[in-house]
Amino acid sequence: MSNALLINLSYVASAVLFIFGLKMLSSPATARNGNLVSACGMLLAIVVTLLDHSIVDFRWIALGLIIGGVIGAFAARLVAMTAMPELVAIFNGFGGIASLFVGWAALHYGDVSTFTVVTIFLSILIGGLTFTGSLIAFGKLSETIPGRPYIFTGQRTFNSLLLTAIVVVGVMFCMDPSNTTLLYVLIALSFVFGVMAVIPIGGADMPVVISLLNSYSGLAACAAGFAINNNILIVAGSLVGATGIILTNIMCKAMNRSLANVLFSGFGAVKTALSKVEGEVKPITPDDAYYILEAAGSVVVVPGYGMAVAQAQHVVKELQELLEHNGAEVSYAIHPVAGRMPGHMNVLLAEADVPYDLLIEMEDINPRMEMMDVAIVIGANDVVNPAAREMEDSPIYGMPIINVDYAKTVFVLKRSMAAGFAGVDNPLFFGENTRMLFGDAKESIGALVREFSS
Amino acid sequence: MEAVYLTFILVLAIFLGFELISKVPATLHTPLMSGANAISGITLVGALTSAGAGNADMAAILGTLGVTFASINVVGGYMVTNRMLSMFKKKEGDEQ
Repeated sequence: MSNALLINLSYVASAVLFIFGLKMLSSPATARNGNLVSACGMLLAIVVTLLDHSIVDFRWIALGLIIGGVIGAFAARLVAMTAMPELVAIFNGFGGIASLFVGWAALHYGDVSTFTVVTIFLSILIGGLTFTGSLIAFGKLSETIPGRPYIFTGQRTFNSLLLTAIVVVGVMFCMDPSNTTLLYVLIALSFVFGVMAVIPIGGADMPVVISLLNSYSGLAACAAGFAINNNILIVAGSLVGATGIILTNIMCKAMNRSLANVLFSGFGAVKTALSKVEGEVKPITPDDAYYILEAAGSVVVVPGYGMAVAQAQHVVKELQELLEHNGAEVSYAIHPVAGRMPGHMNVLLAEADVPYDLLIEMEDINPRMEMMDVAIVIGANDVVNPAAREMEDSPIYGMPIINVDYAKTVFVLKRSMAAGFAGVDNPLFFGENTRMLFGDAKESIGALVREFSS
Repeated sequence: MEAVYLTFILVLAIFLGFELISKVPATLHTPLMSGANAISGITLVGALTSAGAGNADMAAILGTLGVTFASINVVGGYMVTNRMLSMFKKKEGDEQ
């Protein structure tokens, strides 16, 4: 009894550490320590669980811990910063499948009450869909599978049938938990559900999906906690669930869309606006761009996913230093959904040693945009598309954007003249004050850097 | 009663979570997400009990699989968050 008491009191301490850790993670000055505090909470919870008298055999545990720990450590150390979105996605998935296994194992604990079976059902369902959903997200983010929305005819019908099947099988399973066939069907259905939930979502909407899957992995742990009557799983799981929901909400607001719209509409399927924007693009050479930049007193850089693809963050930092040397004031304008995960641009620029106080959020940079001599758009499209402000028939109408078109001159770095991810024509490209610098972002910036250095 | 008591904890923890991180600067969106993701590996604790029960049965296999995947999530999650945050931190030092 005293053993169980010790374990549960330690769980309380773990929960407190998680809470403080998360709190500290939401402020830049304390974030790193916050992560360590939360890691201490985890370590405490694990160590104290091992003291449990019902654990008599440590061989399997050791095996799992070593294999998992080594894989996790290597992945965390070796994966490039540019691959961070897919790494976070796959970690989410592993958390989900682990919760599925915990719920499944709970079926073997002898007689289980109906309430417990319901929670086992939930941990299998949420865990399973988190797993395959994350795998699909991983595939889309690492471009092993195409990032565009995957839509087929009858998708809605299929999904409603799937949902019905889950409910029916779920009810049957809850009434007869010893029936293994039902269990396997349930697991399979949850896997299919995860796939179906993520495939219709396009690459540009990935920040929402990742935060949502993050939330699910917490909820799966939470459900598993109910299944095995474990408080710490419930508390930690619901904290994660809430975090994920908050982030999801921030991302949805940044796109002016409801969560339901992101999840069910298949953004790419909406295609282009009714009225096509027409105009002439004005290309510019790095030579001419250099002369304008040299005379500029204030420069704002607006990065997007294209910067990540071109891995241009380091040359961008070089350019920033040269411009600063030249007397210009350089800042970065970061749109909340730029990139493929929440905060993607911030991580990339941090990797390139850009101080984070130069990174300015959309609401703070927009009022100052008119004072900017040059805005350099690097691989961003929708987040700087004035159609969101002006064209009511545009699919992205109403989305808050960074108003680069208000700057005196806009350079748009673009590989070629293709429409952006959402298939939306961007009137910015035809703007009076816009100059297009075609080519690979890294090379274009590199050319500017060379001009400055020579 | 047990169920009610657990649900009580759940509801309070969710509200706490929302209050705790209502305002996050964009710079920390990714670390917060991956740090929270590491916490979701708490399911490891649940898997330990099944893996170590001493029976060579289905529950032990499932538990071991659970331990493995959850460890990847926990170890990888915390380490990668730390790696990211160390990049953020360094700049602060440079600035001062």
